[in-house]
Amino acid sequence: MEKNQYLDMFIDESKEHLQAMNDNLLKLENDPGNVAIVNEIFRSAHTLKGMAATMGYEDLASLTHIMENVLDGIRNHKITVTTEILDVVFESVDDLEAMVFSIASGGDGKRDVTKVVALLEKIEKGEHLSGLLNVQEIASTQEVTYAAFGSTTEKYDDFEVTVLSQATEQGFNANQVKISLREDCILKAARVFMVFEVLEQIGEIIKSTPPVDALEEENFDYEFIVTLITKESSDDVRNRILKVSEVENVDVKNIDLEAHKHALNSDNNQSSEHDSNILHESSKNESDGTDSNKQEVKVNNPTSKTIRVNIERLDILMNLFEELVIDRGRLEQIARDLKSSELTETVEHMSRISGDLQNIILNMRMVPVEQVFNRFPKMVRGLAKDLKKKVNLEIIGAETELDRTVIDEIGDPLVHLLRNSIDHGVETPEKRFNDGKSDEGNITLKAYHSGNHVFIEVSDDGAGINRDKVLKKAISSGVVSKENEKNLTDKQVYELLFASGLSTADEITDVSGRGVGLDVVKNKIESLGGNVTVDSILGEGTTFSIQLPLTLSIISVMLVEVQSEKYAIPLSSIIETAIVKDEDILAAHNQKVIDFRGSVVPLINLTDFFDVPKTRQQDAYHSIVIVRKGARMAGLVVDSFIGQQEIVLKSLGNYLTNVFAISGATILGDGQVALIVDCNALIK
Amino acid sequence: MSETNLMNEIKVIVFQLKDEEYGVEVHQVKSIERMQHITRVPRTTDFVKGVINLRGVVTPIIELRNRFGIEQIETTDSTRIIIVAVGNMEVGLIVDAANDVVDIPTDLVEPPPQVVGGIEADYLRGVAKMEKRLLILLNLDKVLNPKELKEMKTFEVV
Repeated sequence: MEKNQYLDMFIDESKEHLQAMNDNLLKLENDPGNVAIVNEIFRSAHTLKGMAATMGYEDLASLTHIMENVLDGIRNHKITVTTEILDVVFESVDDLEAMVFSIASGGDGKRDVTKVVALLEKIEKGEHLSGLLNVQEIASTQEVTYAAFGSTTEKYDDFEVTVLSQATEQGFNANQVKISLREDCILKAARVFMVFEVLEQIGEIIKSTPPVDALEEENFDYEFIVTLITKESSDDVRNRILKVSEVENVDVKNIDLEAHKHALNSDNNQSSEHDSNILHESSKNESDGTDSNKQEVKVNNPTSKTIRVNIERLDILMNLFEELVIDRGRLEQIARDLKSSELTETVEHMSRISGDLQNIILNMRMVPVEQVFNRFPKMVRGLAKDLKKKVNLEIIGAETELDRTVIDEIGDPLVHLLRNSIDHGVETPEKRFNDGKSDEGNITLKAYHSGNHVFIEVSDDGAGINRDKVLKKAISSGVVSKENEKNLTDKQVYELLFASGLSTADEITDVSGRGVGLDVVKNKIESLGGNVTVDSILGEGTTFSIQLPLTLSIISVMLVEVQSEKYAIPLSSIIETAIVKDEDILAAHNQKVIDFRGSVVPLINLTDFFDVPKTRQQDAYHSIVIVRKGARMAGLVVDSFIGQQEIVLKSLGNYLTNVFAISGATILGDGQVALIVDCNALIK
Repeated sequence: MSETNLMNEIKVIVFQLKDEEYGVEVHQVKSIERMQHITRVPRTTDFVKGVINLRGVVTPIIELRNRFGIEQIETTDSTRIIIVAVGNMEVGLIVDAANDVVDIPTDLVEPPPQVVGGIEADYLRGVAKMEKRLLILLNLDKVLNPKELKEMKTFEVV
């Protein structure tokens, strides 16, 4: 029991740390030189590692540990942040997430992570690998080392390339000098100083990796790279440096400027552009870094005065409170009957207070939609990468609050819509460029309150929906008949996207177009009591708009009486109510039907259907509630309508699961339980 | 609970069903309620009497006489609903009367005889003989087996 309590806490906190890592990694990608962010990630990883180790999840702890090593390298400027490295780190966070989710669902949190571990180790060793090896092995491992370390760090931006090319034009040699100190070197900074001294005598240092200040602080393992322009030959440079004691090895390489220029120019390729961006960013950061660092830290450490409360406890509180409300009702009745003004006043005061209390309890269940939104930036990043598209995700209104129960359900449909926008909406960079748009597509995720509802919109500035294409597809798959084609408005055509089995993707990609698509989204949203619409302008973009009720625990119903029992029918299923005479009821093959506005609607007599004990005389008039499921309708025959009411939704408990045609229950003002009719189950 | 284990005793709530005395372990009992309005749940097995509002929680109620195949009687003043919790389920059991709590030394508990009062031995954990009283200890996991509930339901539909 106690272990379980810790486990819940562990899972909750792990998820929080993983989320923090994801968020900060995304920030780091935009601001690679910012050590404050790396520290933040490191802290999260470190805490996670500690917790995992305490709980005995060794796999989780060891992967975090290896990841931590890489982060430490970045923090200490031994490793420079690149898209490739971030990809690997993201991947390991994904693995960690999978482990935590496995633990959360009762698993042991074990997972095969050899691939990502190998990559992480490669990144980590990128630097001190060669320091441990003798000269000959260096020669053979040089390629690898450079691939993991050298080639990514020693990229030059425009400015540096210009300087280097001017120098070579004037007869200088541009050399990349890799100096490895001996592992037993005691005063590394002193050696670095001596090496620099030597180099400055024979030429000019353009750049060093790690930067000079890191070298001075000994924030490096045993080797560093210096870019030098000199008139001396490589051999001469090498020999001069080797004069400095405790230098293990010196490797002088002529810089192939053409290759660098090439890399800079041909950067339609996302990653190389990113790299140059990173260099740019980091150099910028060196000048004004301190300021932004401080800000970053402040933003990342909000001291929130909150406590974590189990949702079940809130449910219990809510239940108790409802009891109170029911008693309040009784007291009001008694006070009225007794006509005692003192009692009436007290009861009225109590009513006001309990009203406020109800608001507070309801508000406690509200959580910002941010909880769902914050996993999207990473997902969009990965997806855009897979599809070779450039996408910028903007999130608006993440602070909008929704009931916890809705939050838990809304994630999947949103993932679907975002995927849809990236895959079908946003065009490829080339196409966007040709169409005169910026090559980066914009997707906006926006949440806001309006009345008793929350709206969430997913919009893109992509290609929009091609009406003709949708229609063609709909006709060929039989969703729309050819004759109807002309009568449909644009809006109606777009709604066709939600029809099941209709996918407009020309080719099936990994992401979507497998035929299971927006119909799933629509069903899910409708099961939450909301609805989803789509609007589009060809060539300018598409907007999906989801409307959701603020809370799932309170719904509007029509209370009806069936003999002497009371049932609640959700308003969302009801089209209208009617009272029909005996003679209006027709029989069609053993099934009673009525003619409702031109369509034949089957009748279901709830008295018979629910085997309700008969207490009333049969009337010549019948009260009928017309309900729908999608486009199908049915008429429920009841005895009388009590009226519309807001009710608190309750489950029937774990013992009575899946009672046919009953979706739940509620407690009425008199303290009795009324069952909620599941209209979807009634209509087949 | 650990204390009772140490003392090799189990504490049970004793209730009456027809003319026999049954016991359920006290840690499985949440509360004992008076009879109140029960909302019938249509299309369930006939021993499921319905649901009640138990301080804001909708709780299913089982007619224990019906469950054990004993003839039904009218509700009396002494009729009680014993709310029991097994696993993650909370269920109310309608019994004729509930009025005693006793400690039973575990060595007095014997395995159930093949047939006791017509109830299948499956539902029983054992029988305890205490002086003149014979207490039948219920195996609630079995009594409240939801799998059985489903089987019976499908049986009814067919």
